[in-house]
Amino acid sequence: MLKINNLQARIEEKEILKGINLDIKPGEIHAIMGPNGSGKSTLASVLAGRADYEVTGGSVEFMGKDLLELSPEDRAKEGLFLAFQYPVEIPGVSTTNFIKSAVNEKRKYLGLEPLDAAQFLRNMKEKMKLVEIDQSLLSRSLNEGFSGGEKKRNEIFQMAMLEPKLAILDETDSGLDIDALRIVANGVNQLRNKDNAFLVVTHYQRLLDYIVPDFVHVLYKGRIVRSGTKELAKELEVKGYDFIKAEVDQELA
Amino acid sequence: MMDSTNILKEAFDRQNGASGNLAEYQQENWKLFSGLGLPAIKHEEWKYTRIRNVFTDKLIINNDSHLSEDTLNSLILKGTEKANRIVFFNGRFLETLSNTTDSNEAICIKPLETAAGDEDADFVNLNLGHSQRYHGDGINALNAAFANGGVYIRVNKGAVLNNPIIIYHVADSSNGLRFSQPRILVNIEEAAQVELIETYINIGGGENLTNEVVEISAEKDAVLHYVKLQNEGEKTNYAGTTHIRQTGKCLTHAVTITLSGAIVRNNLNMVMEAEHGESHMYGLYLLEGNTLADNHTIVDNAMPHCFSNELYKGIMDDASTGVFNGKIFVRKDAQKTNAYQSNKNILVGENAAANTKPQLEILADDVKCSHGCTIGKLDEDALFYLRARGISAENARSMLLHAFAIDILEQIKNDTIKAYAEQLVAERLSFSI
Repeated sequence: MLKINNLQARIEEKEILKGINLDIKPGEIHAIMGPNGSGKSTLASVLAGRADYEVTGGSVEFMGKDLLELSPEDRAKEGLFLAFQYPVEIPGVSTTNFIKSAVNEKRKYLGLEPLDAAQFLRNMKEKMKLVEIDQSLLSRSLNEGFSGGEKKRNEIFQMAMLEPKLAILDETDSGLDIDALRIVANGVNQLRNKDNAFLVVTHYQRLLDYIVPDFVHVLYKGRIVRSGTKELAKELEVKGYDFIKAEVDQELA
Repeated sequence: MMDSTNILKEAFDRQNGASGNLAEYQQENWKLFSGLGLPAIKHEEWKYTRIRNVFTDKLIINNDSHLSEDTLNSLILKGTEKANRIVFFNGRFLETLSNTTDSNEAICIKPLETAAGDEDADFVNLNLGHSQRYHGDGINALNAAFANGGVYIRVNKGAVLNNPIIIYHVADSSNGLRFSQPRILVNIEEAAQVELIETYINIGGGENLTNEVVEISAEKDAVLHYVKLQNEGEKTNYAGTTHIRQTGKCLTHAVTITLSGAIVRNNLNMVMEAEHGESHMYGLYLLEGNTLADNHTIVDNAMPHCFSNELYKGIMDDASTGVFNGKIFVRKDAQKTNAYQSNKNILVGENAAANTKPQLEILADDVKCSHGCTIGKLDEDALFYLRARGISAENARSMLLHAFAIDILEQIKNDTIKAYAEQLVAERLSFSI
């Protein structure tokens, strides 16, 4: 589904990704972990198409297409979804209208008829239950004045509405209390199926107790330096990142 | 090209006649204008706005055209057929096509010149020209010199109008640069409630220039919702003052929407002469091409415990320019004043510009006043967020600009006018849900 080959990227003059290789197949959950500043969020942003980052080398294939050639909106319409670490507050745009536009633009792209009001509403009600989000929240301006937990639940709600093939969760656990974390994870688990995949970017192992990954990768200094199963995450939880840093720094020296 | 001096002089001599209830007033103002001349950009209040350049020897002031009822009917805003209608044609009140739909007990509309000589003469004497205390420039005096073409509106004590008053300013530019000088004096008596809407239409496809003065006085417990809707097209030049006096504790609310024009200058004054008055001023200027829109506002707090809120927003595309100047005066006796002001601008066009200047003069020591202004581009993070959900860059931009503009339009109280303005703005921004 997603094939990342030797991906390199920088912001301004700073090299951040220095050769990422990653292969994600349908039905899989991959976790990317790593210390602060290792390039985790950069990877998520580059995949979603944020213009601040310049890709300087490598390739990314998504559903057989050259992802890097696509605009951010076309990536979304092809089935990529980024749950933002910091969802943006947009006064004056109601969540409902926004998500309706997004759903219908995607349907149009896929050659489908737009959803009529009743279908859309039915769909929305169903997905709202999934993340325990309230109608009143969705009538308000997008993320405006939402608590941290509400913003993250809104991200997962949008994901549920857009039904992506690949969802990237960028530190979705940051700033969440344990109840919100459970709701978010529960939403992800219910959306999981054999045809879609998740890339979970996180600093802490905590989230992975709820969203159990098939593969865990450790990102450090712009490279994936270790890959393993969920046991690797457990090991990191116990030992911290320092032991990997030390090993890698020694290898590089 | 020659300036307009001779043309204005001829027009003044031609129409002023010897008699008339306003003859003396007009003479005085003609003298005043002759001394002051037109404001030039070296005049601090007009530094961005070269309206003087439009006053050339090409101005047309003749009564050389006619507005038929059919033409007027084709210009009436849909859904407003029941409104009290006031028609100005080429800057002069056209009584034959104006009519009231509220009862005669509630509303009275007549030529200003008539009002100056009947039972309303005292009001006229006290209020006509009141705006000159704030705008002592030649352009205001020039309008006053032609005041006999104006209208007087009285909304009687306790009358809550069923229908809005809509003023249609029609200018016929088919023979060239039409010059119009509408004059409006409004008397809102105690506890009366009124919606007053002004809209401008340039027929004929040529250039036009309008110099307008509206003076409104609102008594105790009155409620005024005023809307100025400017969408006359790129060949229109406009300078106008709306001057609102609160002579008793009342509520006055103004929304100014500017969507097109060559040079557009709006002065809006709220003069708060009674304790516990409340005023609101909202503005949206959504500009493209080479339009220059200049909004100058004044809130004058003369008495204690008044509240005023002001929010102006601008979106400038292409090479357009938005100007905002907001003065707030708090006089020595006006303790416990609450005055808020905000001006926000988004520059969309490569060559667009915004100039914003808050001016607060506070002489009382126990007041709450705040002001803020911003000039920026569309929020890139917000754009990316929308695009990352599959919304095209173009639609994302429309959505964000529309969201920025909409809270001003929501201030329009009259639903028909609000829907109309929303439609114009949505079309301009190619916005659809």
